[in-house]
Amino acid sequence: MSANKGANMDENKNPVGGTSTRRTRWQKAIQPTVIVIAVVLLVALNLYIRRPDVDPYILGVLCLTGINMILAAGLNLINGFTGQFSIGHAGFMAVGAYTAALLTTYRNFPFLPATVLGALAAGMMGLVVGIPALRLRGDYLAIVTLGFGEIIRVVINNIPITGGAQGLVAIPGYTTFYWVEGWLILILVLISNLIRSGVGRCLLAIREDEVAATALGVDTTFYKVLAFTIGAASAGVAGSLYAHQIMYIDPSVFGFFKSIEILIAVVLGGLGSLTGSVLAAGLLTALPELLRGFAEYRMIVYSALLVLVMLIRPAGLLGQLEAVDILGWRRRPRPQWRTTGAGSGSDAFAAVQADLTTTDRLRGASK
Amino acid sequence: MLTLEGLHVYYGGIHALKGISLMVEEGEIVTLIGANGAGKSTTLRAISGLVRPRSGRILFEQQPLHTLPADRIVRLGITHVPEGRRVFASLSVRENLQLGAYSRRDRGEITADLHRVYELFPRLGERQNQSAGTLSGGEQQMLAIGRALMARPRLLLLDEPSMGLAPLLVMEIFRIIKEINHGGTTILLVEQNANQALRVAHRAYVLQSGEIVREGPAAEVAQDPEVRRAYLGGDVA
Repeated sequence: MSANKGANMDENKNPVGGTSTRRTRWQKAIQPTVIVIAVVLLVALNLYIRRPDVDPYILGVLCLTGINMILAAGLNLINGFTGQFSIGHAGFMAVGAYTAALLTTYRNFPFLPATVLGALAAGMMGLVVGIPALRLRGDYLAIVTLGFGEIIRVVINNIPITGGAQGLVAIPGYTTFYWVEGWLILILVLISNLIRSGVGRCLLAIREDEVAATALGVDTTFYKVLAFTIGAASAGVAGSLYAHQIMYIDPSVFGFFKSIEILIAVVLGGLGSLTGSVLAAGLLTALPELLRGFAEYRMIVYSALLVLVMLIRPAGLLGQLEAVDILGWRRRPRPQWRTTGAGSGSDAFAAVQADLTTTDRLRGASK
Repeated sequence: MLTLEGLHVYYGGIHALKGISLMVEEGEIVTLIGANGAGKSTTLRAISGLVRPRSGRILFEQQPLHTLPADRIVRLGITHVPEGRRVFASLSVRENLQLGAYSRRDRGEITADLHRVYELFPRLGERQNQSAGTLSGGEQQMLAIGRALMARPRLLLLDEPSMGLAPLLVMEIFRIIKEINHGGTTILLVEQNANQALRVAHRAYVLQSGEIVREGPAAEVAQDPEVRRAYLGGDVA
């Protein structure tokens, strides 16, 4: 009871910042298993890759997994949380990859500033694409973003500085597991804080009902472009990490299929579930590797598994929930507000039901 | 307080409003009645900036609204409760209300208003942590109104607040509309339930195919034989 009261007071103090249901949920989740499991896994992983006999193949797959998690998380901010269906994510990844790779390869930039500049370039591209494109809705927006993704790819294919279709070679192999891990954690923390903030509430409102959000004075264009730009910038980071891991990029890597791959991860994990995206991206990267035993048939198995999951859980693995909701602390409705004094316990409905005279009058009037 | 002058609105080739002129004075409840497709909702949408008029003027205390974006209009003190409730289904009741206060920055006052809304609608207070999609139709309508009140509007635009509600709840909604008006908020009410609307309103305008065909004090409009025949179900005793 007293805990209840404390939470209530806290909410009263700050009605605009943070969504309080989420915050109480968060407070409860902070102690237990999910976090513990995540930290244990992360520590185990870090200890494992420190071993001198670590398999470079596994290390490579782990890095790719992390990169795909970043891509899925960024796209989920746009598609899942803001509800703007974008399918050109690989285009932004390409902008980040080429910007960063050109800077490190030809200008000897260190990895960090190159990646940051790659993210900025991708974010700028997101801004430029987003302002006109986000005036459209649904299918139209999807087609426009698809088109922009292709335009970026075609442009890279045809300008000399990028090496065209031959690709960019001899990129320094800066990407390590730690870089991927660091960026992934940073981006996840940023996005999860964003969606829990007042800004996040506006994004969710736009997803739920854009007209109602507009009617309440939410500048919907601003927030849509904001989400789009942040999503694009995170894809730029992923692109840079990717380029410096594989050490070779060409435009075909960032084609339509890559965009679809990211989209599959987002939909599979659940539109509007950050942990779902991370889980699904991990699964989808690891699965083809694990299925190598099936030789040529592995892509058939992969597709069949995808179809199966979507049949069983059409809203995605986690739907709109986060892992913390699933593993125990799902929020229960609990009455916190009590009217004081005479109004206590009664409500508008009971009041009307008691006051049947008004209805009698209405009935009388229509006789 | 609010003046519409010769307002024309088109949806593509459809001429939805054909020169609407009306006026709302401070403290009034003004109702806009008429059949489906008469242009009632369009009028509200034009005022709140959701659609742009092709010609004509909308003035709110001498300030032209028809050139402002929707978010600026909310900041001036006009909030629109759109037709069909449109609550944010997956957000909690409290989050919905907090979004209503989006255009405001005075946090302390917002908390006070939150409690005022819970006092007006105790049911919302009891369910503040529940997601809005799980509320009943009547509760969602109350949430939609409460959410709009969180913006502290001086002029509240209500679009079909009684739509799809049980008769008891319709009564309750109209009682609350009166109560909000007594609190000093001016109301422009669009209704299909002309009977009830004319009862609470001070003045009324009757819309037909995008034109205003009658106007006057609500009681007079309610007595108009033409209006009674068309909108009040004929020979109601």
